[in-house]
Amino acid sequence: MRPILLQGHERSLTQIKYNREGDLLFSVSKDHVVNAWFSHNGERLGTYEGHIGAVWTVDVNSTSTLLVSGSADNTAKIWDVSNGKCLKSWEFNTAVRRVQFSEDDKMVLIVTEPRMGFPATLQIFNVENGLTEPISSEPLYNFLPEGPKITVAAWSALNRYIIAGRENGSVVLIDAESGSIYSTNKIHELTITDLQMSADRTYFITSSKDKSAKVVETESLEVLKTYSTDTPLNSAAIMPKVQEFVVVGGGQEAMDVTRTSSRQGKFECRFWHKILEEEVGRVRGHFGPINTIAIHPDGRSFASGGEDGYVRVHHFDDDFFTFKFQI
Amino acid sequence: MARFDINNLPEHEDDLDFSDIEERYQLSFEEGFDNIVVVDNIPLVDETKEEKLLQFLRKIFKNVGEIRENHFVMPKAVNEKGKLMSKGFMFIEFETAEQATHAVKTIDGFKMDKSHTLAVNRFTDVEKYSAVEEEFQAPVEEEFVEKEHLKSWLADELGRDQMVIYRHNEVQVLWNMQKEQPQIAHNKPHWTETYVQWSPLGSYLTTFHAQGVALWGGESWKKIIRFVHPGVKLIDYSPNERYLVTWSNEPIVVPEENNEGPFGPEDNGNQIVIWDVKSGALLRTFPSLAPPGPNARPTVSWPVFKWSPSERYFARVTPGTQISVYEAPSMGLLNKKSIKIDGVVDFEWAPSSAADKSGKPKDDMLAYWTPEVDNQPARVTLLNIPSQEIVRTKNLFNVNDCKLHWQNQGDFLCVKVDRHTKNKKVTYSNLEIFRVRERDIPVEVVEVKESILAFAWEPKGERFAVITTSDPNFTSATPGSTTLKTSASFYYLDKGKGKDTLQSFKVIKTLTGKSCNTIFWSPKGRNVVLATLRSQTVWDLEFYDLDFEPLESAAAKVPTGGEKDPSAYLQLLASGEHYGVTDIEWDPSGRFVATSASMWRHTMENGYQIWDFKGQMLYKESLEKFKQLVWRPRPKTLLSKDQIKNIRKNLREYSARFEEQDMESSSLVSSTERARRRQLLEEWSNWRKRVEADLASDRAAAGQQTAAVSADDEEAEEVDEWIEEVIDEKEEIVA
Repeated sequence: MRPILLQGHERSLTQIKYNREGDLLFSVSKDHVVNAWFSHNGERLGTYEGHIGAVWTVDVNSTSTLLVSGSADNTAKIWDVSNGKCLKSWEFNTAVRRVQFSEDDKMVLIVTEPRMGFPATLQIFNVENGLTEPISSEPLYNFLPEGPKITVAAWSALNRYIIAGRENGSVVLIDAESGSIYSTNKIHELTITDLQMSADRTYFITSSKDKSAKVVETESLEVLKTYSTDTPLNSAAIMPKVQEFVVVGGGQEAMDVTRTSSRQGKFECRFWHKILEEEVGRVRGHFGPINTIAIHPDGRSFASGGEDGYVRVHHFDDDFFTFKFQI
Repeated sequence: MARFDINNLPEHEDDLDFSDIEERYQLSFEEGFDNIVVVDNIPLVDETKEEKLLQFLRKIFKNVGEIRENHFVMPKAVNEKGKLMSKGFMFIEFETAEQATHAVKTIDGFKMDKSHTLAVNRFTDVEKYSAVEEEFQAPVEEEFVEKEHLKSWLADELGRDQMVIYRHNEVQVLWNMQKEQPQIAHNKPHWTETYVQWSPLGSYLTTFHAQGVALWGGESWKKIIRFVHPGVKLIDYSPNERYLVTWSNEPIVVPEENNEGPFGPEDNGNQIVIWDVKSGALLRTFPSLAPPGPNARPTVSWPVFKWSPSERYFARVTPGTQISVYEAPSMGLLNKKSIKIDGVVDFEWAPSSAADKSGKPKDDMLAYWTPEVDNQPARVTLLNIPSQEIVRTKNLFNVNDCKLHWQNQGDFLCVKVDRHTKNKKVTYSNLEIFRVRERDIPVEVVEVKESILAFAWEPKGERFAVITTSDPNFTSATPGSTTLKTSASFYYLDKGKGKDTLQSFKVIKTLTGKSCNTIFWSPKGRNVVLATLRSQTVWDLEFYDLDFEPLESAAAKVPTGGEKDPSAYLQLLASGEHYGVTDIEWDPSGRFVATSASMWRHTMENGYQIWDFKGQMLYKESLEKFKQLVWRPRPKTLLSKDQIKNIRKNLREYSARFEEQDMESSSLVSSTERARRRQLLEEWSNWRKRVEADLASDRAAAGQQTAAVSADDEEAEEVDEWIEEVIDEKEEIVA
């Protein structure tokens, strides 16, 4: 499993995302650039330039026509995937932390940070026919969720709810039309660093600085599985096919790394059996904490982006597909 | 208080403010009789001398407290001679009860003159004691309640050992399961506040609390007894668990009133307490030794009191002056005086007082050493207790420091002597070995050219291991900052041939170029672990066997008949590494070794590992905030020597049986594990089915096709990619 090293960023990675077919990989980093790659060989397709701050988050719609990115320059931008043109730029009061297309590609949710007296917002914009028609600057909805800062968010199936993870380790289920909070469950001790939905969005996985990752049912916010590790986690992903695995990654905080040997950092992607909650393997390679993990939709490869500024794309070996857990 | 307004009265009487009235008409209540004392044994005087006597007494009592006006009363009566005489006692009322107590404390027993010694008592005490019933009432006998067997864990069918693990704020007692996760015997959050400690025979687990220590044990892990000693920090058991010594850094404060604690006024300010473990009784308290100089910081070398193996004596050293030997359980000083020894630095009891031939237990023995003073050489002395007979002395020259190491059966005493050359520039060590069991106790000197870092006797054996270094960093560097280059040597007692030749200790083998600095012998001897602790970069563990039997074929190569080389039996079994290891302990059976990395020293990869004696890692667990792992000690075996020999002989039979057991249990574990996995998978798939059905019906209701799902089912498209590369192009003209 020789990894492909994508050396297109100059600073640490913040998020990576496959498109629905998995042929393209989008990566964003603190160096202001959005990159698009061919996932099978690591060739760079192009860049989307225009942000003037660290880019925190990216998402692509299911037809791979529109790309949305959110940045610390207080903007979120919609791009034409095919030619790199910026179609729309929304201005906010504070940095954009999370963006995601809705299941039907018609809407985009945007999470902004609370800062300098501005409250955190959770806004939803209409981007239907965004490729051909001008996109509205006004949000469909603008929610002001109270309580601890929201760090991550995602759409549920049928765009009914927005699931958000908070700084205090709780997840909340928010009505996507009224913005009211249905239920809250404090599942982690510390801040939630990532939240990724399963393929059908009926459950999701969270990762947290409290060194654990959890699989949670969407409707009930009930914790189904827990994966406890020995290091703070920055990202977790569910393998959609081939094997019932989840992949989690993280590592010692960047500020602590210099105080210990590299062996101490635990900069590894760890594979856990999703159902049995047992660790099955690790993949080393990064020399800084892993910030983001994405799995190819067909389950044949995965990619990880690290604080070290590299994206590593791994294609699984044959024995990965034949591996069977003894039962 | 504002003048109250007659037109604006509050609704309720309760709301009226009467405080000004209360203040004005306040009454002083009688506080009872606690502030009155009765003074007895006052000389009988008539009126002429009364004034003088009262003045004299007033002078005495004036110093202890304020006497109330008109409460200095000496009753008088007309005696048979018709003379008005004082009755020989008086009442004094002080301002406060404390002053009265103080008067009782200080003036009781005051000698006025030869025939009059004042007796001062509290008035209430007189009342109390005169109210005691005349007839003796026997206390009600408590019904006998059977206690749990304290050694129940020894009856474990599999003969497993227990260990206690302390992490974060949780204490767990676990069964060692070798390769499996240890089984929990008992766990309890917040069981202790600082750390835990086993008693030397494993009967009790001691937990530490701000108010004292608690002892736990038995099958249900109930609290057996607790000892109140505020701020207790250190404890020590006597060898057979009969006595417990506790030390607190806070001197005992005995409240003058409502004293519910176990301490009396004579314990005030003491820091060391000796208890009887079974009854819970306080036996005696001791003060800590005063620091040697006015500016010296008080230090504690624990244990302060060292117990003789028979538990009959315990002793402590006052460096430079004396050794105080006390008797147990009377707690009195042996012969009512300490043994004065000028310059004494340290002492150690011989670990076992073997019975002599008649079966009568011999005297306990202790060894102490004194450094060089003026022209007196340094000296090691063996002393019998209680006879205080000096058994053996040995003079030593150019001594920097000595350490006394007894072999655990008391057969040998090794004195590790750090010496310096005449100009005091170079230091080196040698070993003075006393063969205590032999007549006249011969002393053998083993020269070691280098400095000795560690020394350890083989338990129950005649061998020892030393770790030496000639690293120049040894003396200059602070410990732990650099890893020293060391070498390890093993010695054995060469019995020689025939009776005439002298026995002597010889080197089995010296292993050089090591980094180890600690020696851990198996409690059964034979196996030893050499480890590198307190280093920042090296965490080596090396497992050695000193009685390694080479395979038959290899043994055949050794020339038979000739002198067998003892080093042939020394074998490195395995070497390993435990990242960040801080502590190492053998289990009491000598089969397993636990290595642990405690957060008390650092916070990197805290946890523990279990190894077998061959150096194979069996189990590993990383635990956040892991603090302590301690094996539960076992009491001495009850088997006789013959029985043990018999078991050794039939080891093959036993081992076959145990192996069968192991096989059985491992297959049992894996089958239950498999069942668990199957169940988990089933639960998951049931849940998936339910959720998928729900989602499908929701989508149908929303008028969507199951679009998102069906997209995944599209056939994957195979794309062939052809890459043509022109390597070389040549044109040739064909004629």
